[in-house]
Amino acid sequence: MSKARIMSGNEAVVEGALVAGVRFFGGYPITPSSEIAEVLSRLLPQVGGKFIQMEDELSSVGAIVGASLAGIKSMTATSGPGFSLMQENMGLAFMAEVPCVIVDVQRGGPSTGLPTKVSQSDVMQVRWGRHGDQNVIALVPSSVRESFDLIIDCVNLAEEYRMPVVLLLDEVISHMREKVILPEKDEIKVIERKKPPKGQEKYFPYEITEDAIPPMANFGEGYRYHVTGLTHDETGFPTSDPEKINQVMRRLYQKIEKHKEEIIKVEEKYTEDAEIAIFAYGSVARSAYSAVKEAREKGIKVGLMRPIILWPFPYKKVSDLANKVKRIIVPEMNMGQIIAEVKKVSFGKVKVEGVNRIDGELITPSEIMAKIEEVS
Amino acid sequence: MAKSLEYIRLDKFPHVWCPGCGIGIVMGSIIRAVDKMEINKNDVVMVSGIGCSGRMPGYCDFNTLHTTHGRALSFATGIKLANPKFKVITVMGDGDALAIGGNHLIHAARRNIDILAIIINNWIYGMTGGQYSPTTPLGSFATTAPYGQVEPPFDVLKLIKGSGASYIARGTVYHIRELDKLISGGLQKKGFAVVEVISQCPTSFGRRNKMGSAVEMMKRQKEETVPVKKAEKMSKEELKGKIVRGLFLDEERDEYTERYEKLIAKAKEVHQK
Repeated sequence: MSKARIMSGNEAVVEGALVAGVRFFGGYPITPSSEIAEVLSRLLPQVGGKFIQMEDELSSVGAIVGASLAGIKSMTATSGPGFSLMQENMGLAFMAEVPCVIVDVQRGGPSTGLPTKVSQSDVMQVRWGRHGDQNVIALVPSSVRESFDLIIDCVNLAEEYRMPVVLLLDEVISHMREKVILPEKDEIKVIERKKPPKGQEKYFPYEITEDAIPPMANFGEGYRYHVTGLTHDETGFPTSDPEKINQVMRRLYQKIEKHKEEIIKVEEKYTEDAEIAIFAYGSVARSAYSAVKEAREKGIKVGLMRPIILWPFPYKKVSDLANKVKRIIVPEMNMGQIIAEVKKVSFGKVKVEGVNRIDGELITPSEIMAKIEEVS
Repeated sequence: MAKSLEYIRLDKFPHVWCPGCGIGIVMGSIIRAVDKMEINKNDVVMVSGIGCSGRMPGYCDFNTLHTTHGRALSFATGIKLANPKFKVITVMGDGDALAIGGNHLIHAARRNIDILAIIINNWIYGMTGGQYSPTTPLGSFATTAPYGQVEPPFDVLKLIKGSGASYIARGTVYHIRELDKLISGGLQKKGFAVVEVISQCPTSFGRRNKMGSAVEMMKRQKEETVPVKKAEKMSKEELKGKIVRGLFLDEERDEYTERYEKLIAKAKEVHQK
């Protein structure tokens, strides 16, 4: 496993998912994510896993939530238009707290948009695509190797926090082939869902625990509990009692709020003495890093902050950054979605400017460099 | 009756259904079928969508899952494929199964996955207050059909037959002994089994269509339906306005999760070579 290999981001996602213990995939074909389904349809049965091509994206999420309740780690993969359709049953997975992983290989939109071209247009859809309040976890790899690492993190986080977790890939990462050296299996940490203690007689599937994460029994393990998308109390049954609704819904929100410092993951390069900071994620962070190095050679003090986990958003880290730099540049392949989050905690401290492309082409290092020179 | 109580979450009563609703009768019939087969409750998963029928799993002491509108069968498919040891029963209404969930219904039938799908057909969207559904008869009134329904209804059983199930039946909540037999047969069937149950919604359908009380609506089920054997001998003219009930299809066909197990064996063999 440790020898060098050439693979695409989509292939790395498959390898990582299998290592993390995913044994069920339900999906619907869509460019640029289809390779994930194709490779899994071949590999999953070889390890006793199940692959099913569902009739649409709505049922794809239905199937993986069902499989997860039956005790099998499960995932799906899609792209923007399919991701829109998945929002419905993702909402149920949030509400019913069922672990599952959704890979969204982003492409340009709205609608059919740019099926084969790169984009980062779902960074807000993942955050706010469903009705109701819920905290989300979304990871944004910058390389093929990181796609492998982060899909494992996605599966682990889903199991640990009992919720859907999203891997947001840029099309260019999913299709690009890179040389990778994957870690040995024993170097990889795999997390299993927290179960009710053995022999426990009474089980409340949505118990209010101190860590705000209720243990999860699988169907068939003897507890015969109820799962519903309706607002429910700790027993899992619907409630309309305002006090209970408040208690349970706040606990659901707190689940991430309470643990966000453990979840948030950010990489920083040259930010210690930086006067200009670039905040970039996914493939754009690679162009940004090139620009940073070029600027440093020219004597301009530029640094890079790269969220590896985009949601929960690293507000505190960005706020600290805004305290010490003079400018923040946010390049992204959309009209400026994440820049608004950066502005939320930089307002009044520092000017924040975007570099945006929505033409299906990458943001190049020289475009970012031009912005650096403009503001320096 | 006392035996049935073992399968009911009595602490969740009173239930949400209106007086005269037929859904509880269907629930009793499903419970008797499970009891008759002596299936361990821990191995039964009951899945529903949204609507009046969607609330049934909440009252049954199985592994129970109340999903989104129309999607019950997609969740059920994931459960059954992930762990074929489960006996999976889905309960859906006519709007749930045939409008928003129509696509999942025909594809579950096409795969012939071992799930018992109960479609409780009361001709109307009850929970949302009486809008027309894909089975509302032509000319009937609904809150969204104030001048009478202009869309022709689905023939549920023809739809399923064209899609490829193993077992197709139609019963009514009036003919309860027959319904017990049909549901029990569906539960025992290895493959996709559909039982359409004609039921009454006195609140949202009967009232608006001047059909009288629940009892009077159930009398119609007696008078306006004919058993499939009798119907075979009747002319087209005699069958006009009648609903045929009974067992329509009971076939042995390869079941999906069993086929998938064979696929796994093949994949492992290829992998080892």
